[in-house]
Amino acid sequence: MPDPDLQRDRVYVSDSVVTEAPWARAVIIAFAAIFLALFLLLPLGLIFREALAKGIGAYWEALTDPDAVTAIQLTLLVAAIAVPLNLVFGVAASWAIAKFDFPGKSFLITLVDLPFSVSPVVAGLVYVLLFGAQGLLGPWLQSWNIQIVFALPGIVLATVFVTFPFVARELIPLMQEQGAADEEAALTLGASGLRAFLTVTLPNIRWALLYGVLLCNARAMGEFGAVSVVSGHIRGLTNTMPLHVEILYNEYNFVAAFAVASLLAILALVTLIGKTFLEWRYGEAIAHGRR
Amino acid sequence: MAIRGGDFFGLKLRGLALPAPMLRGEAAGAAHQKVRARRGFHLAALAGVAVLGLSAAAGLVSGFPRPALAAQAILNVSYDPTRELYRDLSAAFTADWEKKGGGAIQVRTSHGGSGAQARTVIDGAPADVVTLGIPSDIDAIAKLTGKIPADWRAKLPNNALPYTSTVVFVVRKGNPKNIHDWNDLVREDVGVITPNPKTSAGGRWNFLGAWGYAAEKFGKDDAKIREFVGALYKNVKSLDTGARGSTITFAQRNFGDVLPAWENEAHLITSEFGKDKFDIITPKTSILAEPPVALVAGNVDRKGTRKEAEAFLTFLYTPEAQRIIAKHHYRPSDVSALKPEERPVEIRLFRIEDLLGGWDVIQKTYFDNGGVFDQLTARK
Amino acid sequence: MSVAAAAAPARRPFFRKTGALPGFGLALGYALTWLGLIVLLPLAALFLRASSAGLAGFAATLSDPRVQHALLISFGVSAVASIAASLAGLVIAWALTRYDFPGRRVIDAMVDLPFALPTAVAGIALAALYAPDGLLGAPLARLGWQVVYNPIGIFIAMVFIGLPYAVRTVQPLIAELDRELEEAAATLGASRLQTVFQILAPPLIPAALTGLALAFARALGEYGSVIFIAGNLPGVSEIAPLLIVIKLSEFDYTGATVIAVIMLIMAFLVLLIINLIQAWSRRRMGNA
Repeated sequence: MPDPDLQRDRVYVSDSVVTEAPWARAVIIAFAAIFLALFLLLPLGLIFREALAKGIGAYWEALTDPDAVTAIQLTLLVAAIAVPLNLVFGVAASWAIAKFDFPGKSFLITLVDLPFSVSPVVAGLVYVLLFGAQGLLGPWLQSWNIQIVFALPGIVLATVFVTFPFVARELIPLMQEQGAADEEAALTLGASGLRAFLTVTLPNIRWALLYGVLLCNARAMGEFGAVSVVSGHIRGLTNTMPLHVEILYNEYNFVAAFAVASLLAILALVTLIGKTFLEWRYGEAIAHGRR
Repeated sequence: MAIRGGDFFGLKLRGLALPAPMLRGEAAGAAHQKVRARRGFHLAALAGVAVLGLSAAAGLVSGFPRPALAAQAILNVSYDPTRELYRDLSAAFTADWEKKGGGAIQVRTSHGGSGAQARTVIDGAPADVVTLGIPSDIDAIAKLTGKIPADWRAKLPNNALPYTSTVVFVVRKGNPKNIHDWNDLVREDVGVITPNPKTSAGGRWNFLGAWGYAAEKFGKDDAKIREFVGALYKNVKSLDTGARGSTITFAQRNFGDVLPAWENEAHLITSEFGKDKFDIITPKTSILAEPPVALVAGNVDRKGTRKEAEAFLTFLYTPEAQRIIAKHHYRPSDVSALKPEERPVEIRLFRIEDLLGGWDVIQKTYFDNGGVFDQLTARK
Repeated sequence: MSVAAAAAPARRPFFRKTGALPGFGLALGYALTWLGLIVLLPLAALFLRASSAGLAGFAATLSDPRVQHALLISFGVSAVASIAASLAGLVIAWALTRYDFPGRRVIDAMVDLPFALPTAVAGIALAALYAPDGLLGAPLARLGWQVVYNPIGIFIAMVFIGLPYAVRTVQPLIAELDRELEEAAATLGASRLQTVFQILAPPLIPAALTGLALAFARALGEYGSVIFIAGNLPGVSEIAPLLIVIKLSEFDYTGATVIAVIMLIMAFLVLLIINLIQAWSRRRMGNA
């Protein structure tokens, strides 16, 4: 630990030469605050204002409407299926990519990221082209009476596609930075591969993993474009929350639309709080690491 | 680091979240703070698992929607503005069916742009009946899937039309722009809000209404008709994908001067958004809009729901259903059971098929890729 | 398990992996299988369907002025919006990492909102705010500016969508900037502006470009939020994803897939170019 007095001194010096003039600071902060207020805070506030426009009673009624409840259930179910699937994939992909060297690795990373650059509309379309009645596998599926698009499996598939890179994206850089030395040491000491993974790798990546799952989950519940193409919009059956918002909105039922939207906004906020919490934990770790 | 350098997407992986601080924090972490971090992790992980578990449980316990439709439920794939209508009609049918000893039945509905809805049926949505906005959309299902017989219009009374409608104008209260007929829509100071004819049946009826008006006015002079309709679409300020989108743009966002709309939609707007804010202007002459219904034979036979689906369609023609239809400001196919005050206002309506020929021709000439609509709205 | 084993490419003679850890075959096999099923197979279906149009079909679609205009709007507005988001993102990231002010943490958390908020909800909220009678649209309308139902509306939605990517990519790097360099520059008599632009900015460029590329890719494909605010006029404010939806409504699957493939390829090319510039600037700047 350096002498506290010295440190204060240092801070004082650096403050005077290594930052902007007070007015410039004020301008930059004001710009950031105003920009974010115009683009983020106001839309968010608007959602809640509209949702509560007719009081808390109407708000609650909108959320307990049977169709809204089914939409919420469907959304939770879809996320509960899609997120674990992508979680397992993310861990497997980053294990292979980060802990080993093999040809075509960069290409593989690109492929993992591919869904990100695909328009959600196209993401939905590809499954219709594959599983729709006019699609490649459509006639075969129909002969077995299997319904993929315009039913739960199609919605799950589209959601998995859209959230595909999230967990892997968080894990790969972290695991690459960490290298394989720790695990190799564990193996040398007689641990099995699985044990090395569980006791060495997993604790090392847990934060990033959790973070990836949070993002993946938020995106899975909020996806609109891709799901809209494969859902079929059957009321009380294949409507997820974002689609239900659109339906209510199109029925001029603005209070109910924004009420359901506010649930999604709350979900987004919970995600952000969870994320901030993670960062805060990390922030501490970083601070310790530096001293 | 293999990921560095020319990696295509790899680089950005490092950026999005906060991996950089994460990396260093973990790599250099001291033992005691690892312990603290681990405790935090357990908490967070527990919370995460709990949330996931709860979601799954909530989904499973409360009987989540089944992917396949059960036999006692039929699916009606409809277009956008019929939500309120079919909520009532389905309820009335369900009661009627149960009263007649048919057993419990559920009518599910799906709404959206007419073309997009037709496409979901083409792609395999398990619709038992389709009640779409324009005949050409049902023709497309018949042609592409064979699940509907080509002569579907002959299978039900009145050309498969339990109800018709027309296009009227919604304007701001007091009609500040003085709009009374179709020719007012081409005036330079008028902003028109209408849905895209490519994606919306209502948009197509609006287009055809304008075209029919011009055709009656200018006779055989195709250049003049084109000029008229072209001028109208130059006045269009927003071309939403569905009729409901246009209504919201016009009524909720207060954008534009006139909204040519389905008659039923116009009445709904005044009741939903306030009679004090809008007036309905009925043009002297307008188009007979024909939103037809059909049985999806291919689907009902596979699902074993033919009896229920046929009963549903037949029910639409009963006096009870016709009264509901009139109440929602559609034009009943049979007004005989209705009291005079329940009947819709008389307007001189023209049938577009009489002017332009069959739907095959209309769809192809006017709305398909490169058709008249595309030519008129192409910008240099 | 058998699927994973079969897919593990370790058998191929030219293929060599290095690393002593176990589970490579299983992990890679599983990842490849899943990747193939979820991403590659469906995309292959897309390309297959588009290829039925043939080269002539592609040429015809590309020469359609309406398609050209939609692509131009999509790429043009995405580019402008992602640049704007990146510039604003730099300033915001700077303010959030360098300064301490009340509410900093809250604002910091808020930045990710567009990422988690469903796009349709975002579109509705933005349209309501910026419409001529909206909270922000009304004062603008009095100034004679109409910002929705035209390309500006698309711009607003795309900036919203792209902002988190622009901020989050540069934030860690700003935090890492070496204070001593700044001090040295100041000691040597550089003005603050000189220090910012000559010492601090260059190492941020690669990350800023990454943010730009991400925001661009995201904005390009965006549909849900844009259609509520764009006005969707052909040749004026019609975006390429909407054109895909329109083609689908015309039951023209081939046309839709052709546009989808064109968009996909062009997006890839743009991103590739940005990444090449980035790699180049990384080499020039040293390992930033």
